[in-house]
Amino acid sequence: MSNAEPSPSEIAEREEDFALHSLAEKHAADRRYKASKEELLHFYEQMLLIRRFEEKAGQLYGLGLIGGFCHLYIGQEAVAVGLQSALKGGLDSVITGYRDHGHMLAYGIDPKVIMAELTGRHSGISKGKGGSMHMFSVEHGFYGGHGIVGAQVPLGSGLAFAHKYREDGGVTLAYFGDGAANQGQVYESFNMASLWKLPIIFVIENNQYAMGTAVSRSSAETHFYRRGTAFRIPGMQVNGMDVLEVRKAAEIAIEHVRGGNGPVLMELNTYRYRGHSMSDPAKYRTREEVQGVREKRDPIEHAKTELMEMGVAEASLKEIDKRVRASVGQAADFAESSPEPDASELYTDVLVETY
Amino acid sequence: MPVEVKMPALSPTMEEGKLAKWLVKEGDEVSSGDVLAEIETDKATMEFEAVDEGKVGKLVVPEGTDGVKVGTVIAIMAGEDEDVSEASSSPEPAPQAKADEQPAKEKPKAKKGGAPKVEEPEKDLKADESKADKASEKDDKAELETGTTQLGSDIKPAKSDEVPHGVNMKTATVREALRDAMAEEMRRDERVFIMGEEVAEYQGAYKVTQGLLEEFGPKRVIDTPITEYGFAGIGTGAAMGGLRPIVEFMTFNFAMQAIDHIINSAAKTNYMSGGQMRCPVVFRGPNGAAARVAAQHSQNYGPWYASVPGLVVIAPYDASDAKGLLKAAIRSEDPVVFLENELVYGRSFELPELDDHVLPIGKARIVREGTSVTIVSYSIGVGVSLEAAEKLAGEGIEVEVVDLRTLRPLDKATVLESLKKTNRMVVVEEGFPVCSIASEIITICMEEGFDDLDAPVLRVCDEDVPLPYAANLEKAALIDVDRVIAAVKKVCYR
Ligand SMILES: Cc1ncc(C[n+]2csc(CCOP(=O)(O)OP(=O)(O)O)c2C)c(N)n1
Ligand SMILES: [Mg+2]
Repeated sequence: MSNAEPSPSEIAEREEDFALHSLAEKHAADRRYKASKEELLHFYEQMLLIRRFEEKAGQLYGLGLIGGFCHLYIGQEAVAVGLQSALKGGLDSVITGYRDHGHMLAYGIDPKVIMAELTGRHSGISKGKGGSMHMFSVEHGFYGGHGIVGAQVPLGSGLAFAHKYREDGGVTLAYFGDGAANQGQVYESFNMASLWKLPIIFVIENNQYAMGTAVSRSSAETHFYRRGTAFRIPGMQVNGMDVLEVRKAAEIAIEHVRGGNGPVLMELNTYRYRGHSMSDPAKYRTREEVQGVREKRDPIEHAKTELMEMGVAEASLKEIDKRVRASVGQAADFAESSPEPDASELYTDVLVETY
Repeated sequence: MPVEVKMPALSPTMEEGKLAKWLVKEGDEVSSGDVLAEIETDKATMEFEAVDEGKVGKLVVPEGTDGVKVGTVIAIMAGEDEDVSEASSSPEPAPQAKADEQPAKEKPKAKKGGAPKVEEPEKDLKADESKADKASEKDDKAELETGTTQLGSDIKPAKSDEVPHGVNMKTATVREALRDAMAEEMRRDERVFIMGEEVAEYQGAYKVTQGLLEEFGPKRVIDTPITEYGFAGIGTGAAMGGLRPIVEFMTFNFAMQAIDHIINSAAKTNYMSGGQMRCPVVFRGPNGAAARVAAQHSQNYGPWYASVPGLVVIAPYDASDAKGLLKAAIRSEDPVVFLENELVYGRSFELPELDDHVLPIGKARIVREGTSVTIVSYSIGVGVSLEAAEKLAGEGIEVEVVDLRTLRPLDKATVLESLKKTNRMVVVEEGFPVCSIASEIITICMEEGFDDLDAPVLRVCDEDVPLPYAANLEKAALIDVDRVIAAVKKVCYR
C-alpha cells in the first residue's frame, strides 16, 4: 500500500461524514413532531379506527363472511397514520403488500367500501374481485394491495419514476415487511432508485416476524435501515409505535426526497399483535412477548396518555371511541348487506379494450 | 346485550375443528386479545382470542368436543358497555332505515331476502336455542360455501393394478403420504435435503414437512428467507454439485419469482452440456386454486411447466400416487416439477403398506373403467370427474376416467387407447382453458386419434378470467360437476 492511499481509519472517517447518516442525525436532534391537541386527536381517532376495523374484520372472518387470507394491521397503526399524514394528498403515491387495510383507512377511504371488499360484495372498492390482499384507490394515489411478497418495491420505484418523469414533485411511499426485505428485487430497486435519484421512501415495517420466522432467523443484517448503504441510500431507524416520532421522521425524509436527493430507506420498528393471517398457530413466540408489547408499547394507549396529559377529558376520548365503533359497525352492516357482484362481473375488467 | 361467540374459521379451508381447551371460565372478565380457547384444526392448534372486552356468560360447548362446525355458538359473552354506542346513535331505527345506517350489532345476518330479522337478538339466542341449532348450522354453512367447495369429492379412485395383490392398505391423507415419501427418501439417501420457507421450525406452511426437522435436523431441513429466486437457484446449483435437493415453494404462485432457474438453469442444463451436467432437483408445493385467495394466489401452472422440454412435471391426485411419484421424483436424475394441491392435502385415501412404494413416472392411470366416454383429467380435477362419472352412471352413461398423473412426458398411449375404446372424450382441468393441458390432449386426439372420434373432444376448464375473490364469482369461475356432466352428455349427443 502506498502512502498516498488513505489509511483504514481515514476511510472510516470518510464513512462517518458520509451523507448516509445525515437524516438519522437530523431525526435524532428532533425526534417527535409537535402536534397540536387537534392534530393528535385526529391521529388517535385514525389509529383507533384501524384497530376497531381490524378487530371487526377478524370477527367477520370467524363468522365466515370474509374468506381466504386476511392479514390484520393491529399493533402497527402508528406507522401508516404517522407517515401518510405527512403526504401531499392528491399528489403523492403509496403502495404496500397484502396487509393493506390500515393504509387505506389512514387515507380516509370510507371503511364501508373497504369492509365490503373484504366480504366480496359489489360495493367493495375492487367490486369484490380483489378481496383483502388486493385493494386499490387510484383516486387517492393508493396503488395497492399486492399479494406477492416484495413485488411492491419495484412497482413503487416505478411510481416514483413516473413522478420524476412528469416532474410533478410527487413522492412515493413503498411499504414492505422485514421478510420482504430479503427479496432480491428489493436490492435491484435500491440500485436503480439511487442511481436515478427517484423520489421514493422505502418503508420497512419491521414487525419482527415474517409469518413464523423471527427476523434473526432470516436476515444476516437485522438492522434494516443499514441495508441501503451499499447503494448510497441514507437510512433512518424509527420507533414505529409512536405516531409523533413516525410523523417527524416522515417530514425529514420527505423533504430530502422531494428535494431531488434520491431515495431514503426507513425502518420502522413495530409489532403485530395478531397472527400473520387468520390461520396462525402462534407457536413461534410467547403470549408473554405479545402481551408485553401490548401493555408497554401500544401506540394507541401511548397517544391516549399523551392526550390526557394535554388536558383532553376522558369523556371526549370515550366519545371518539363511540364514534369509531359506530362507523365500524356501519361498515360491517354495509359489508354484510351489500349484494354480491353481478354474475356478469366475472368477465369484466379482464382487458380494458375490446379487440 | 349478550354476544354470541361462534366457532371461528381459522383458516381458509376450515369447516370444523376441535374445541381443545377453554382458557377462561364462566364469570371471567376478559379484555380484547385475551385467549379464550385453544382450537385444533387439521393443520394446527390455534389460540382463539377475545375481540372485545366483556364477561364470559356461558360456555356452551364443553372442551374436548370434536367436530365443532364453524359458526356454532360456543360461548355467550355478557357485553359491557356494548349498548352505549347503539343507544345514542339510533334510538329507534325506522322500519325502512337504510342498511348502512343501522347500528353495530352482532345480529344474525338477514339471509334469503324478505323481512330482515333485526330486532330481538336475545330471543333467538335463548328461546329457540335448541331448535335453531340445526337450522343456523346449515345457514352458516351456506355462508361459508366457496367456489372451491364444488371441487370436493368423496369418491375414491379404483385400486391401481400397480399395487401388488394382497398388500395391506391403510388410510392416509395426501399430506401424510407426501411427508412419508420425503422422510423415506431422506433415510435412504444422505444427499437428499429439503429447503423452503417455513419448512423446518414451523413444520411447513401447510404442514407437509411436519416432523422432518425433528428427525433430520437443521442441516437437511432448511428454513430459507422469502427469496424464491435465490433459493431455487441454490437448490439447482446444489443439484449440479451432486446433491438431491427438494425445493418447496410455499405455493407455486411464488415460484414465478424463481421460474428462471426452473426453466433456464434446471431444465436446459443436461442438454446444453451434452449430457455432462445433470440437475436432479425436485421443485414441489401446492398448485392451483385455493379457497377465496383470489387472482395472485390461485393459478394452475401445470401447462406452463409441461410446455418445457427438459422438465418432468407430475401432478398426482390421491395419496398412493402422491407418495409413489414423489419418491420416484426424488430418485430421478432429471429436474422435476411436482405439483400438489392444497385442497387435496387433507383428503384421505388408501395407501399401500409397502416398504418401498415407488411408481413409474410418465404413466397415466385409469381410476374408473367405463365404455361410453372418456374423461381425461389430473390433480383435483380427478375428484370432480369421478363425482360426475358416478352421477352419469345413474343415467346409463359409463364413464372411463383417466388420471394423467404425469403431465410431461404425457402418456399419450393410455389416452389414445381409452379413446379407441369409448370414441368420445372430455378433458377436465382446474385451470385456464387457453393453451392448457386440455388443448394438448385435444391436439393429440386430432393428430393421432382422429379415426376413433365419434364427436369433437370438449374441455371443461375454469373460466378464462383471473380468479375473482367474491364467493359467487369464484363459484362461477371454477369447474364443477354440473359442467362436466353437461359436456359429457354433449359428446354423447344426449
Ligand atoms: C413471493 C412470495 N413468497 C411467499 C409468500 C407467502 N407469504 C405471504 S406473507 C409472508 C411473510 C411476509 O412477512 P413480512 O415481509 O415480514 O411482512 P408481514 O407479513 O410481517 O407484514 C409470506 C412468506 C408470498 N405471498 N409471496
Ligand atoms: Mg414482518
